[in-house]
Amino acid sequence: MLVLDHISFDVPEDAEKKASGNREIIHDISMTIENGKFVVITGPNGGGKSTLAKLIAGIEKPTSGRILLDGEDITDMGITERAKRGIGYAFQQPVRFKGIEVIDLLRIASGDKRMTIDKACSYLSEVGLCAQNYVRREVNASLSGGELKRIEIATVLARGSQMSVFDEPEAGIDLWSFQNLIRVFEHLQNQNREGSILIISHQERILQIADEIVVLTAGKVSAHGAREEILPTLLGTASVASACDRLAEKEGAK
Amino acid sequence: MDEIQKRILREVADLHGIPVGAYNFRVNGASEGRASTENIEITSKEDKSGINIRIKDGTKNESCHIPVVLSQSGLKETVYNDFFVGENCDVLIVAGCGIDNCGGQDSQHDGVHRFFVGKGSHVRYVEKHYGQGDGTGKRILNPVTEVHMEADSSMEMEMVQIRGVDSTVRTTTAELGENARLVVRERLLTHGDQRAESAYVVTLNGEGSSTDVVSRSVARDNSYQKFDSRIVGNTTCTGHTECDAIMMDNAHILALPCLEANDLNASLIHEAAIGKIAGEQIIKLQTLGLTEQEAEEEIINGFLK
Repeated sequence: MLVLDHISFDVPEDAEKKASGNREIIHDISMTIENGKFVVITGPNGGGKSTLAKLIAGIEKPTSGRILLDGEDITDMGITERAKRGIGYAFQQPVRFKGIEVIDLLRIASGDKRMTIDKACSYLSEVGLCAQNYVRREVNASLSGGELKRIEIATVLARGSQMSVFDEPEAGIDLWSFQNLIRVFEHLQNQNREGSILIISHQERILQIADEIVVLTAGKVSAHGAREEILPTLLGTASVASACDRLAEKEGAK
Repeated sequence: MDEIQKRILREVADLHGIPVGAYNFRVNGASEGRASTENIEITSKEDKSGINIRIKDGTKNESCHIPVVLSQSGLKETVYNDFFVGENCDVLIVAGCGIDNCGGQDSQHDGVHRFFVGKGSHVRYVEKHYGQGDGTGKRILNPVTEVHMEADSSMEMEMVQIRGVDSTVRTTTAELGENARLVVRERLLTHGDQRAESAYVVTLNGEGSSTDVVSRSVARDNSYQKFDSRIVGNTTCTGHTECDAIMMDNAHILALPCLEANDLNASLIHEAAIGKIAGEQIIKLQTLGLTEQEAEEEIINGFLK
């Protein structure tokens, strides 16, 4: 179980200028993600979704508030310590490595230095890659965005984390790959009973398989509840994003 | 041979005993063992220090190991080895030099290798450098390699120097005949106050000849590296050279890829990139449970693989 307790994240004014306004801000967010839940965070761009994911993984540190994993305060822990305690994180833009092969990453991820090719292939097959063609490929610029994205997801699967965070898995992949990706997450949802999954996404098909949906707008939780409750408020408009915009306006009007 | 010498031999030539095929072990300036085969003949030079290696026409799938070990502090030597590779051969040549210097005097081995690769032959050449020992004397290696390639021949050169060598000046020149192809893969890791310079001049004289000269290196601490690679295209030919370097700490790297085209149909490309390890690479590996140091090691090991 992951608990976010009054989490805020501010960027000092000068740093914000340097980052040309790219850094998102989080205002006093509290939420609990129970074990076994499949939670999707959605909301307009710039609302703080990716920042929240980074705060959970330890890539950013909150300005105030506490983060608890199974009752243990992990707020002051670094990325490595959190990873060892069971937090997995899939990058929105996967990182490339010269010379490191797909199997190397899977071996590091699983902690099994002797992982067999067969085992590695099973993770790749799960994300829809024809495994034999990829397992010895370098994780470098020769791979397409969609291929990298799926390998990124495979590393998080191989990690077998208790709490897996995926930052916009659909970003930067083509429609064909997207169909496969949905299947990966459907499969995860079906077999997932122990660990929790937190996905940042704009995609309706991903929202449709969520147990819970969180709408994040301007750094605040504007809605959080069961899918059946939240999804209808988001759909039926031109797009999810525009629905979120309207929620934001409503927030502003309050 | 003692244990130190055997260990060096393992490092530079991957040898755990006497190799199959032709070999010549040079230990502290003297030959410690030699064997010729029916097709590969090794003889001493008469006018200077070194050996001649003659490989008969049509020799296939044979290997020749000529490692050098220096374990006596203060020894300095220049050795001349000439390889005469006949026509239509396919051979592996493993050279390499390891220095163990526990003393206060500099140890130095300068190997001058000349290759004459006959028509249609393929040569794979592996050269590893290795240094160890905690003496204050420097471990110095200055290899000079000269390659002459006849029509339709091909050569792959793998040059590896990972740690331990204080100073290296590597000079490699090659001239290629018709349809000849030369591929060079250099891997280098320097640390401490080491200096490593590597200069290549590959001249493409034969029509249809091609070359690919690629260096991947990591410079740590206060070390200095210079990679100076020139490809000269004198006819219809293709050439590519690339330097890709990771810098750490207070290291310095100078990359000078250089092209000279003397023919309208010479197609030449160069690339060079120097930078520190990308922060996001470390973060990614940390999210997989590695510490920052472990992540750095993985990134470097992969890069130099």
